[in-house]
Amino acid sequence: MAAINRDDVAHLARLAHIEMSAQELDRMAGELAVIVDSVKSVSQAAGDDVPATSHPIPLNNVFREDVVGHTFTAEQALSGAPDSDDNRFKVPAILDEA
Amino acid sequence: MNTDAILSFEEAMEKYDPVLGFEVHVELNTKTKMFSSAPNVFGDEPNTNVNEVDLGMPGVLPVVNKAAIESSIKIGLALNCKIAESCRFARKNYFYPDTPKNFQTSQYDEPIAYDGYLDIELSDGTVFRVEIERAHMEEDAGKLTHMGGATGRIQGADFSLVDYNRAGVPLVEIVTKPIEGAGSRAPELAKAYVAAVREIVKNLGVSDARMERGNVRCDANVSLRPHGRERFGIRSETKNVNSLRAVEHAVRYEIQRHAAVLDSGEPVVQETRHWHEDTRTTTSGRAKSDADDYRYFPEPDLVPVVPSREWVEELRATLPEPPAARRKRLQADWGYSDLEFRDVVNAGVMDEIEETIAAGASASVARKWWMGEIVGRAKNADVDPGQLGVRPATIVELARMVEEGKINNKMASEVLDGVLAGEGTPAEIVDKRGLAVVSDDGPLLEAIDAALAAQPDVADKIRGGKVQAIGAIVGGVMKATRGQADAGRVRELILEKLGVTV
Repeated sequence: MAAINRDDVAHLARLAHIEMSAQELDRMAGELAVIVDSVKSVSQAAGDDVPATSHPIPLNNVFREDVVGHTFTAEQALSGAPDSDDNRFKVPAILDEA
Repeated sequence: MNTDAILSFEEAMEKYDPVLGFEVHVELNTKTKMFSSAPNVFGDEPNTNVNEVDLGMPGVLPVVNKAAIESSIKIGLALNCKIAESCRFARKNYFYPDTPKNFQTSQYDEPIAYDGYLDIELSDGTVFRVEIERAHMEEDAGKLTHMGGATGRIQGADFSLVDYNRAGVPLVEIVTKPIEGAGSRAPELAKAYVAAVREIVKNLGVSDARMERGNVRCDANVSLRPHGRERFGIRSETKNVNSLRAVEHAVRYEIQRHAAVLDSGEPVVQETRHWHEDTRTTTSGRAKSDADDYRYFPEPDLVPVVPSREWVEELRATLPEPPAARRKRLQADWGYSDLEFRDVVNAGVMDEIEETIAAGASASVARKWWMGEIVGRAKNADVDPGQLGVRPATIVELARMVEEGKINNKMASEVLDGVLAGEGTPAEIVDKRGLAVVSDDGPLLEAIDAALAAQPDVADKIRGGKVQAIGAIVGGVMKATRGQADAGRVRELILEKLGVTV
């Protein structure tokens, strides 16, 4: 993987709706590049004979029966919401971007 | 307002060859959600079918719904797919308030089902094979309602309200390979394909399959290329086309729009289009430049799904008769000609006819009533024939009254109107409206005498052996009795009266 550059960070910040100053972008680009390099060292340890994995323990087929469990009331669901209206979460106007 | 230029469909077809592709989302009708035990129910009060998993609270862990896996495997099998030996979930990352987690749990490089096909029968009986690329599992998103603004649409909204009841509802997304060679039948094929998928999931019992509720949603990809060129053109993706008719219209419209763009020498923009049912046009959504920016990665909170071959075969054994095979069987059972049967299928009354026959009507009587009487009434009312609410027992009763000579066909049709108007059962309506075939010969003989006297030349012809002229006399009698006479009996009496034996 190529090192993370400033443009990558700016792009991700935009996607994540995080406002970042020029200095922050510079600093973050540097820090993320170090993190990515550190993670990269793992691939030096694993040879071609080691398959990629998403889970460290060999476990599969963990299922739940299709039985209804607990739910929140609308009041509970909305208790942590910054804003709500008509029992629904109220969010700022969304431009057609997602 | 939409100002896109379009070519006529015929001209577009002369110049270009359409290539289609579909992503159909099917909402499963499990009792609970894909990864949480909150109920999967449509139409409840907002934000009441949610728990901490659906709301994406910190530290929560999803657990896969076994019934949803089984339904997904069944869909894969019904689409003639291979079922993965092992597959994983993946996070599809995006920031939008319809998912409180900032990602949708989906499948990426390891779908549960892949490499299938579906044979689609067009209205004239032509069979067209649509190749299925994959069917993968994912979760539905919450429902946004855009408030304020001029149109209620997303553009110009002041704020949005979010209901997460739908967040986490199990979905299976069925993706086709590019569909080539449909030519001018592309719009029809589009509709028939989505109809076939809907029919299959309904038949499997894994989805309520109601398009008006969003249980089955279609994204339609369309591109054009000049005839003879192999390379595909640039495609547009029209989102959430949510009725069968709209699928056909949207594909047709996009073909016409692309053709006009290409004719002007411009490239088609690869983008999402929004379908508008009111104007039957599409408008530009976002450009697809960020299409590959979902930063998929394996979902660390869910372990792989490894369906054993035994499990897959167990599920295969539970599959109902496929709709296409069922149609073949019913046509043979009922003895309808290809044309008759196709008309029945196209009119959407196959299930109704089956129920009517099961209730005791003959195959020909059931067809006569549904195709001859009810389909036309449904068309006038602009509803599906099944929605008129005609019960099989009603048709059986009407047919029996006709057979027994109590009423004739014309009256039976009138009685049906009465039933539909909520006036009661057929027997009650016959009573109330005084509809009964006049079977007492007395009044009939009087009417026959009058009719013969009125047309002495016709009477002579019949006496002379031209029995086919009898229609004029029968008609006169029917008119005089206001349609209440039994035409067969009238005919007998006329011949008797004139001393003609046939």
